[in-house]
Amino acid sequence: MKTTETPAPLPAESGAPITKTDVRPPAPPKEKKEGTVLNVFSHGVLVVWAFMVVLPLLWAVMTSFKDDRSIFSSPWSLPDSLHFDNWSRAWTQANMSDYFLNTVLVVGGSLIGTLVLGSMAAYVLARFDFPGNRFIYYLFIGGMSFPIMLALVPLFYVVNNMGLLNTIHGLILVYIAYSLPFTVFFLTAFFRTLPTSIAEAAFVDGASHSRTFFQIMIPMAKPGLISVGIFNFLGQWNQYMLPTVLNTDPDKRVLTQGLVQLAVSQGYKGDWSGLFAGLVMAMLPVLAAYIIFQRQVVQGLTAGALK
Amino acid sequence: MQHGKYRFIVGFLALPLGLYALFVVWPFIQSIYYSFTDWTGLSPEFKMVGFDNYSRMLDDDIFWKSLQHSLLFALLLPVVTIGLALFFAFMINVGGRKRKNGPVITGVRGSSFYKIVYFFPQVLSIAIVALLFAFAYNPDSGAINSLLRGIGLDDLQPLWLGDPDLALWAVMAVLVWSTVGFFVVLFSAGMASIPAEMYEAALLDGANRVTTFFRVTLPLLWDTVQSGWVYMGILALGAESFAVVQIMTTGPGGPDYSTTVMVLYVYQKAFRDGQAAYATTIGVALLVVTLAFAAVVMRLGRRERLEY
Repeated sequence: MKTTETPAPLPAESGAPITKTDVRPPAPPKEKKEGTVLNVFSHGVLVVWAFMVVLPLLWAVMTSFKDDRSIFSSPWSLPDSLHFDNWSRAWTQANMSDYFLNTVLVVGGSLIGTLVLGSMAAYVLARFDFPGNRFIYYLFIGGMSFPIMLALVPLFYVVNNMGLLNTIHGLILVYIAYSLPFTVFFLTAFFRTLPTSIAEAAFVDGASHSRTFFQIMIPMAKPGLISVGIFNFLGQWNQYMLPTVLNTDPDKRVLTQGLVQLAVSQGYKGDWSGLFAGLVMAMLPVLAAYIIFQRQVVQGLTAGALK
Repeated sequence: MQHGKYRFIVGFLALPLGLYALFVVWPFIQSIYYSFTDWTGLSPEFKMVGFDNYSRMLDDDIFWKSLQHSLLFALLLPVVTIGLALFFAFMINVGGRKRKNGPVITGVRGSSFYKIVYFFPQVLSIAIVALLFAFAYNPDSGAINSLLRGIGLDDLQPLWLGDPDLALWAVMAVLVWSTVGFFVVLFSAGMASIPAEMYEAALLDGANRVTTFFRVTLPLLWDTVQSGWVYMGILALGAESFAVVQIMTTGPGGPDYSTTVMVLYVYQKAFRDGQAAYATTIGVALLVVTLAFAAVVMRLGRRERLEY
């Protein structure tokens, strides 16, 4: 324990034992009261923010069950009856089912590719010494802090020249490339923490480098792979900028794009209830996944920023 | 572990590195090169024009507007978001009262519930959040104005996204709404690793909660706050601001370009106006702003590393 800062003792108070009701030492009664006021106030603020977070989401769910007329006339009224037809209309007529399928295909392919390629690169960078190791590592890390938009203009033409524009596999390759920086950064740190003795033993027993990696290192790295996998799943599922630029074919749209386009076109068609049903439809799977895998999500998302 | 080592290294790195070089590194390098040409993006021919694009940019009023807004995003959003998140995280982890026989430091009641709920917006796509709020901000039939009418504030019916003076603030509020939860969870994780003895010592010395926060929690959490600051700034300059401005504001870019940001302007110049070279020039300016921002935050935030 070494710290350069020590909390400044307040001159008027000495180290008295801590009371059972408050974290603060006994002080004049006036002070005690302030503590209660502070408690009520701060708890109040926490509750207010929780409301501010939940209310828009609940409002969206509620609206998705209303008919168009009452959406506009009274945004806060409860639906007169549960209009499930909004949902079926959104799913079939508004092409939400296609957007869902496209998204699942793109994210599924990207996620597998990101994890396989990312762990391969990270393993080599973490465990092997070779000329250029540091350079390649920093090249990957650099990608985390550059504005992606700068690369998107030429990228559009690179992808176009390769004949990959408006294709699912083209989008998958681009997603993988843009997910690599964080994945390599995270997994390199993770592979460094794993013990080396088991891998060395396997190698002595005659396993090849790649066999050691696939049969020994990958199973050992499972927790790290799960965290970074969830991080990438959320990022890729919610991606908006990349498909907006690289995916101009209406049939190939992913969810986020499809919804935005739907909102634009609803200006002419006026099926707002269907649009809300679509919005909620896109929200629910991710929210459900988050509530189920809460711990891993939080670990995966915050791991990069903590030392 | 020597035999076949190099073959293995090359074999394992070739694919990821190749993909990354092709789709990320190479376009970056091209971008900077194109900013010195007159390439339209529509035809394959172009010639070098030196610094013409750059001088044009300096005379471009819309560019200056977008730069102003982007800077406002980068300076203001991290302050508000991180300030709120620190307050919430402190209340959730340290702000509780001492309960009978409990630990010295506790959060308020229901702290784990708050952590779960605050994180909701983070898992939703920014595009969906932007759409949702575009509806909520609708002046006639939106949820917000209807709520104001409901509590008797009939005279207070702002146009929100249609009002050039308000639109930018309305957009920024959405970014705050969607990012605070992430930082609450991040700072909570950091605060959980601060040893309880530190707090006990501070309390014995008679520090109240405000003093404890500024003298114990914040200094020990400083590294995390700093990296969070940079991360938030990059978000505010990049993808997140693109999505909210493009989806929520009319134009997009707002009435009279009152909400346009650099990243949106790059997109419009390249894919709407067919001026790819000029778009990359603004992109280079965005890169400079981003790196300068990160450098300034790192420089200002430098202090002695605390070990605990």
